[in-house]
Amino acid sequence: MVKTNLKRVLDDGHFAVTAEIGPPKGADPNKILSKAKQLKGFADAFNITDNQTAVARMSSLAGACLVKHQGMEPIFQLACRDRNRLALQADILGASALGIHNMLFVTGDHQSKGNHPHAKGVFDIDSVQLISIAKNLRDNHIFENHEPLKSKPPQVFIGGVANPFVSSIDLRVDRLEKKMRAGADFIQTQSVFNIPRFEEWMDAVRERGLDDQIHIIAGITPLKSVKMMQRMKYHVPGVDIPDHIEKRMLDAEDVKEEALQLTNEIIRSVRSIKGVHGIHITALFWEQKIPEIVEQADLIPRV
Amino acid sequence: MIISEQKPFDELLKRIGDQSVFLFGCSECATLCHSGGKGELIRLEKNLKDAHVTVTGWVVLEPACSLTSNEKIFDQYKDQIDQADALAVFACGDGTQVVSSLFPKKKVISGTNTLFLGVKSSITTFQRRCNMCGTCIVDEFNGICPITRCPKHMLNGPCGGSEDGMCEVYPDMPCVWEEIEKKSKEMGNYPSIFLDFKPSHDWSQSHLMKKER
Repeated sequence: MVKTNLKRVLDDGHFAVTAEIGPPKGADPNKILSKAKQLKGFADAFNITDNQTAVARMSSLAGACLVKHQGMEPIFQLACRDRNRLALQADILGASALGIHNMLFVTGDHQSKGNHPHAKGVFDIDSVQLISIAKNLRDNHIFENHEPLKSKPPQVFIGGVANPFVSSIDLRVDRLEKKMRAGADFIQTQSVFNIPRFEEWMDAVRERGLDDQIHIIAGITPLKSVKMMQRMKYHVPGVDIPDHIEKRMLDAEDVKEEALQLTNEIIRSVRSIKGVHGIHITALFWEQKIPEIVEQADLIPRV
Repeated sequence: MIISEQKPFDELLKRIGDQSVFLFGCSECATLCHSGGKGELIRLEKNLKDAHVTVTGWVVLEPACSLTSNEKIFDQYKDQIDQADALAVFACGDGTQVVSSLFPKKKVISGTNTLFLGVKSSITTFQRRCNMCGTCIVDEFNGICPITRCPKHMLNGPCGGSEDGMCEVYPDMPCVWEEIEKKSKEMGNYPSIFLDFKPSHDWSQSHLMKKER
């Protein structure tokens, strides 16, 4: 049975905190270690992203290893964009062998949106299939081709993502249910800014009883500046920032102070929604604020 | 049909350089997409001559993808073909290779870019409809192919990137999963079409791997 700190926190019914650490565009381990040191003790586990937004970086497995050596628990992210089913299974086995057991499986942003737009995307399998493959490796001890493993199976706490903010609520809840049935243990959502829409999605999630079967962790992103907010609102696919939030940021005297206040309000709102079991903080280029955000939300000390 | 487009004229001139050329078109797909029909070859001959390229002649093959049906045509144009340094082909990549194999000593110039297998939806627009994966599953999605029409080949529902029902990669293209949802609600097989798990696809029969049949 897989045991990770994140699983313990969630299974014991505590409100979990995870935070994102992006690996550097270079081979210097200190770049990721200095980010990690700032965050130690302020979250239960740390997502290490996999060529996030289709931009080439240090590998997520190497990043997860480095963070683990700091005594912090990583969530190793794997995207289907850059690897086929052989490479993905190899990395699941390899990560488990290295003592990395939280894994988050995503399809990945399309390569045309990143900094190597001429690359060939792999997309051999999708995230739901990858979740199912990870479950089969872990529980049924078989590869995707049904051949048995020849030594001990990987221990994986299986994660997936959900975006409650695009297309119909029906489709978004269907997809969550599908990931759960395929084997996901926890879900991190797209960053929440539109609270009524998120509540509507959670209502549908609870109606189907899914919140009892899977841990839902709500995405939180502090909007560092007006420029960053507008880039996310108008240029990042799948992000839903309501107009009133844009206006509030534009009208603010101290934008950074306003951003932290807004973040705090969003955290308190999602925390009060039944079925939300934690928050996942993605502070793009503003990781140093994560300790303050977690403290202000009265989520320190971590359990 | 196979959708192709002519290479930009400047690029074509660069590929031709100072060689004399004979032009090949195709009576089928390249004619329908206006990349290599009779009208296009007549215009090309004029434009190339205006750019001081020697054009020894042209012919529209019927069609270019047939290895067997073009021999008579070649007899008729033998002299003009012999006189040319290079053969510029305005057909799909397959037609270009047929011409190349029939004239092993001649240099071949690709006059078009072959884009996809798709449908002509208006005179000037074409939409991709089939990736020739060799393992058809269109019937599992109410007659709509997510392998072809989703840039991430998602088989288990939409990704999280669509914007107002449009694809994040091609913002002028509707998200195929929105179309599948709409049709499944009309056909009464929602939501099972979304909740049924679709296993990893078998790519071993795809055009990328399979060479001959």
